[in-house]
Amino acid sequence: MSDSTDEVRSYTVRLELVDEPGALLNALDPIASNGGNLLSIFHERGNLTPRGHIPVEVDLEATPERFEGIVEALRGAGINVIQAGAERYSEAMTVVLTGHLINTDLSDTVSRIQEATNATVTDLSLSAPEGTEDASSARIRLATEQDAAEGVLDTVREVAGEKDLRVIEPLGPGGDL
Amino acid sequence: MRLAVIGAGAVGSSVVELAADYGHTVTAYADSQSAAVDPDGIDVEGAFERKQTDGIVGDDDPAAAVEGPYDVLVEATPTTLGDAQPGFGHVEAALTNDRHVVLANKGPVAERYADVRALERDSAGSVLFEATVGGAMPVLSTIDDFDPEHITAVRGVLNGTANFILSRMGAEGLGYEHVLAEAQDLGVAEADPTFDVDGTDAALKGVIVANVLSADDTEYTLEDADVEGIQDIEGSALELAAEDGRTVRLIAEVIEGEVRVGPRLVPEHAPLAPTGTRNIVQLETEHAGRLNISGRGAGGPETASAVLADVGRLPELE
Repeated sequence: MSDSTDEVRSYTVRLELVDEPGALLNALDPIASNGGNLLSIFHERGNLTPRGHIPVEVDLEATPERFEGIVEALRGAGINVIQAGAERYSEAMTVVLTGHLINTDLSDTVSRIQEATNATVTDLSLSAPEGTEDASSARIRLATEQDAAEGVLDTVREVAGEKDLRVIEPLGPGGDL
Repeated sequence: MRLAVIGAGAVGSSVVELAADYGHTVTAYADSQSAAVDPDGIDVEGAFERKQTDGIVGDDDPAAAVEGPYDVLVEATPTTLGDAQPGFGHVEAALTNDRHVVLANKGPVAERYADVRALERDSAGSVLFEATVGGAMPVLSTIDDFDPEHITAVRGVLNGTANFILSRMGAEGLGYEHVLAEAQDLGVAEADPTFDVDGTDAALKGVIVANVLSADDTEYTLEDADVEGIQDIEGSALELAAEDGRTVRLIAEVIEGEVRVGPRLVPEHAPLAPTGTRNIVQLETEHAGRLNISGRGAGGPETASAVLADVGRLPELE
């Protein structure tokens, strides 16, 4: 992998938005107009930052140079950028859990993983072909801080262990092998 | 070289069959009940015929095959855990007599590596065991060529049966039990597939690699490995993995002195996601990046070719 500045990378930006109509749209505009490719938006509704704002996580792709421009533009537009790119969430990790996920309260499983670590669940897919009473599987994508993947995995193992769930872990910390 | 082949299963019989092709003479051949011993070379066809018709390979006692005459003892009896007997005893007898040993049996080097190395130090003979890891694939000799010091990690798919089951589950969306039954019908899985699907077989291979990498500093046995199998993997897990461009494979991993075997998420088209019974080993080297070795990880002639390659590496005895 080269370190060329032309290379498009994915970044996660964590923003604080005021609870006003149009706030989200205002925040997304500087990303698009500065050459960023929006991948996903995770709106933590109901979860407030200590300042009473709404945290929003945005995954995007851009070259490193354009990414700097995006962060500048966001700040210029008066949007509070809590963390940007490699400073915080630099690794995405996917795990699959199998077992009695629904009977063991999947949302509790997810929130315990998030509470015990600095990771954020950015995507969750559930497959329960036999219905909710039987064994099912869930694929969970987590955004973790750099070098924190191992600690996050430990937490996933621990929570899964308590609930008698099976964890299929990625190979290698980033799962890119 | 004169070979004594102990064990008359798929691997042992293939070694006997192919030995002449590689310029060697089989002077002894034994199964658990009987043996054929002839210092000038046994009658190979005759031994195979008698095994077919009478269930024995010859009129001699198995002990006579272990005692000689031969230059290399080929240990191809079934892998046993714990004391690794009777395989370990055969290794001991050969080394004590200053003869070479080539192992296809994983037991002695997975469960009693230090004992085997201690016997080797006091012997004029050497021990090689390429066939114990990855069948036909030259895994251990490549590690040896690179020097274990320059290998930082070894990861691989080392059990064809488990890989066949996972790749079929992923490709067809079928459940574990269904695919296992199919694999048994096809002869890919044995009637008792326990060691293949519970990770033991892959773990033994991982342990052997760890022993080689540690270069005699630390001895590993199966007990030191963290092992999980594939028996309770849900079909839905493979389905979800596939939606994300990934799949699940039973991976053996040796890294920083840890041996770990378990189902892992890997990118669908990654080298570590072979399909069917194919095996692969990925060496992470200090100066040369990743090196992949793939091929047939089991089978009589395949494993026998690794045994005979080892025989070819051995020096002539005085």
